[in-house]
This record gives sequence, structure tokens and C-alpha cells, in this order.
Amino acid sequence: MVGFAERLGMKRKSAVGTGFSLPVIALIAAAAIFLVIGSLASNIFAQQTVAGLAQGAIFGSLALALVLIYRATEVINFAQGEMAMATTYIAYQLTLWGLSYWLAFFVTLPIAFVLGALVQVTLIRPVQSSIIAVVIVTVGLFILIDGVVTWIWGADLKFMKAPFGNTVYHAGGVAFSRQDIGVLAVSILSAVVLWLLFKFTKVGLGMRAAALRPAAASLVGVRVNWMLAVGWGLAATLGAVSGLMTEPTQFLQPTMMQAILLYAFAAAVLGGLESPAGAVVGGLALGVFLNLIGQYVGIATPELRLPIAFLVLLLVLLVKPTGLFGRKQVRRV
Amino acid sequence: MTALLELDGVTARYGPVQALHGVSLAVEDGQIAAVLGANGAGKTTTLRAISGTVRREGDVRFAGKRLAGVGPDAAARRGIAHVPEGRGTFAELTVWENLRLGAYTRRSGLKEDFARVREYFPWLEERRAQQAGTLSGGEQQMLALARAFMQRPRLLLLDEPSLGLAPLLVTEIFRIIRELNEHEGLTVLVVEQNAHIALQAAQSAFVLEVGRVALSGPSEELQRHESVRRSYLGY
Repeated sequence: MVGFAERLGMKRKSAVGTGFSLPVIALIAAAAIFLVIGSLASNIFAQQTVAGLAQGAIFGSLALALVLIYRATEVINFAQGEMAMATTYIAYQLTLWGLSYWLAFFVTLPIAFVLGALVQVTLIRPVQSSIIAVVIVTVGLFILIDGVVTWIWGADLKFMKAPFGNTVYHAGGVAFSRQDIGVLAVSILSAVVLWLLFKFTKVGLGMRAAALRPAAASLVGVRVNWMLAVGWGLAATLGAVSGLMTEPTQFLQPTMMQAILLYAFAAAVLGGLESPAGAVVGGLALGVFLNLIGQYVGIATPELRLPIAFLVLLLVLLVKPTGLFGRKQVRRV
Repeated sequence: MTALLELDGVTARYGPVQALHGVSLAVEDGQIAAVLGANGAGKTTTLRAISGTVRREGDVRFAGKRLAGVGPDAAARRGIAHVPEGRGTFAELTVWENLRLGAYTRRSGLKEDFARVREYFPWLEERRAQQAGTLSGGEQQMLALARAFMQRPRLLLLDEPSLGLAPLLVTEIFRIIRELNEHEGLTVLVVEQNAHIALQAAQSAFVLEVGRVALSGPSEELQRHESVRRSYLGY
């Protein structure tokens, strides 16, 4: 029997089983072993791997922000990178006003949360019944943020204090920059905090329920619209982390997150778009892969980094559209 | 006896299709009431209109207060638990997370509630960490009841609890519904295709025809009623 919900075109998702399949775990384990052996064999390999992980962690945190919003609304937020860039400028402004780097960092996160939620309430909610309208609004938001930031701060490069200093550690002949380690640690830590929030708090449970089955969630008293706003807030917070972690290498400029957003998109697709763990793993994998290929494959010059990332994206879509951790979605109609 | 729930001339539509043409009914506090009717008569829509899942017009009074323009989440907060068609189970979440969602509107008393739920569904304890989607149909229906009960509602709206279940399970589900009604004082409004079992469990019933209440009264009376017998009981 077909229920009213289905007749009205409401979606009923049904996907049972975790996204972790044995071949995927085996693949990741094999890749990890390869990286460890390679790193032990070659100092340059080890350095490139660590630098790749740091790069990839940034892709991963922005990808995670994309996935958060995609899971709840099945929309890619094209303004995610620009929102990250704008919040990084806010942190920069705070340091100009005399705050220390880390104080500015932690003050920026709640500001980013509020701004993200505000964007959802004021711009997205009025059009949220149409996916295409939401996509267009996010594209418009991209342009708007870009314009406003350039208007306020100008388009020239700005610099913040290096958050992790410029120390380089040497271990067994391998040089690790403190910055890479710090970026990796902060990005992973923020993903873990987010996971804890989703797994162990009531609001996290409410958000998951609202994303999975909005109609059923509202019947048990979840305010679905508020959960969407909180989701946008969290995505913006995570974006702020990725922006602030990008700044030490890209410096502040209105375009700083545009390429990163594309890498993050490739990472999210690699991970499976629906899977937060996939976004992080996809980001790390992409970062390491691009670095190693840049080091060892002659034709993979820096100009080809982005095209190669898109080749990865294309291959994933062709070979395994659900990505590494995605689940095949059974939709009853 | 006072009415916990009163509907007066409630109408609802899906786009151009008018589903309810003015439903009026009253459910007494502490009762089990059944809603019967053919496919498309508006049974499901009646429940949806009460919980605010569909836009409605007309008067809905719950515990003496008008529910005006109240959406489903606010209805849940006021003590209405609606188990929709398809049970509203979150298949991807664990059994415990489903139960936890049942108690979403409250801040405390989770442990006590789970202890009470366990009395009715002892098997839930060992299945706490299991993904709800891997439960059997009967177990999922029981989980839906348990989740609704975790909400500590005053009124339970059930949409076709027998759907897709084996006869033995249907009997078991209705036994539990009756227990919840008797021991916990839960008022129940149940929509059912299976008129036979619904009339057995309920004290009163309403027969819907084309979006209106065509017939209502105590269950025993309706059971003897000529047209109900022919149309819904099949003898």
C-alpha cells in the first residue's frame, strides 16, 4: 500500500547496514601499510606523506562541512568555501584588534556558527522546498560573500601570525614541519568533536533523525527546521576551522578557499557524499595521493593538481558512485 | 467522562484533492477508539490532521485547549504521540536511539521510562544496540509502540498497526495496546483495516466515508450494525 507521505512525494529513505564494507577496509589498510613502508624506506616519501595528510585534513574538514549539509538537505553548498574564507577574515580582524591567534580562533568558531545558522534561517529556509532554488541561492551567496569581503578588506594578500610557529622537527633524517602536524591535529580533532556531538548528545541525535526522516522526526517532537539551522551553523564552524588551517599556506585573500572547495568536493565524493567518516578519509587520501603523485610522477606538475583531483572524482563517479563509504540507497516509491 | 480529544468540522486537502470534508468526533479520556473505513475514506488524514502533519481547517481541541496552527513537533510536546503509517522507525539508528528519540521532548526520567517500557517489551533490552532496520516487521511495530510510550503521551494515534503483520502478531500488538490503555491510562485513537480486531479492542468507533464520519458509537453497537457487518466485518 502506498502511504500519503509517498503520494506527496516525501522521500522515505531506507538504508540498513553500516557503510563499512570489507573490501573498502582492506583497501584503506593496504594503503596505510604502503604509506608506512614507503615512509620507512624514503625520507622524501615520509615528508610528502605527512604534508599530504595535513593538506588532506583541510580538504577533509571542508568536505565534512559539505557532507553535513548534503545529508540533511541533499544540496551542495557552493558557498561553503567562501563562508570559510569570510570567517577567516573575521579571525584576522580580531587579531588586528589585539586578540592572540588562538583566542581569535576560539572566538571565531561561535561567530561562524551563528552566521551559518543565520544564513540558513534568512536565505535558505524561504526557498528550501526547491533543491534547485537552494543551489542557486548558495551560488549567489558565493558571489555576495566574495564581494563583501573584497569591499571590506580588499583583494590584496593579508597575513596572520603563524599559529604553530615555523619549527621543523627532525626524526631519523626526516623533516616534519610543526605546522603540518598542527594543521593535521586541529582538523582531525574538530572532526572527532563533531562525531562525539552527533553520537552522544541529544541535539546530535535530533539532527540525525531530522536528516534521515524529517516527517517522522517532527512527530516525536524534533524541530526539524531548527535542526537544519544548527546543521548549517556546525558546517560553517567546521568551515572556519578549515579556513584558519588554510591561511598559514595560502594566506588571506578572497580566493583562498576556491580551489580548496573543489578538492573538498572531490574528497566528499570519494568518501561517498553521505558519509562523514568518508569525507575525512577521502580528504586525507586525496591529499596524500596528490602529494605523492606530484613528487614521483613527472607529468603531474602543480598545474595539473586540480585536474588530477577531478579525474579522481570522475573515476569514482564512474566506477563506484556511492564512494568508499557510501551506501546504496534503496528508495521505496 | 470528558473528551480528551474533540474534532469539529475538520477539513484537510492535499493540493486540489479534498481528503476530509468536515470530520467531527470526540474521544473520551482513557478510551480506546477505532477509526474504520475504506481506502481513501480519510482515516490516515484524520490522524495527520490531529497531529498537524497536514494543514487542516476546523476545530481540534485537545485536553480542553484548541490546537490552532500547531505543527507536529508542537503537538508532540503537548502529549500527542503519532505512530504514522510505516511506523516512523528510524531504520538506520539503533533500537536505543529510536527509544531515546521517543523521549526527545523531555529532559529527565529516561531511565524510569525505559524500565516501564521493558515491562511490556522485555526483548528490547538485549536488542538495544541493534540497528532498528534489521528488526522483523512485528518487532518494528512493537518498537514504534515503545517509542511512542517513551514520549509519555496522553493520546496515542496509531495508523494501521496490523499492516503487513501475521495474525498472531496482530493479536499480540493489540493485547499490548489494551494493556497500555488499562495500566497506564493511555487514550488511544487507532486507524485499522482489520475492523474485527479493532472493534474488539476499542470501546467506541467511528466509520469514515468519503472524508466524513458516517457512523459512530460504542463498539458493540457497531459490531451488530448491519452495514458495518457487511462492509467491514465480512459476514
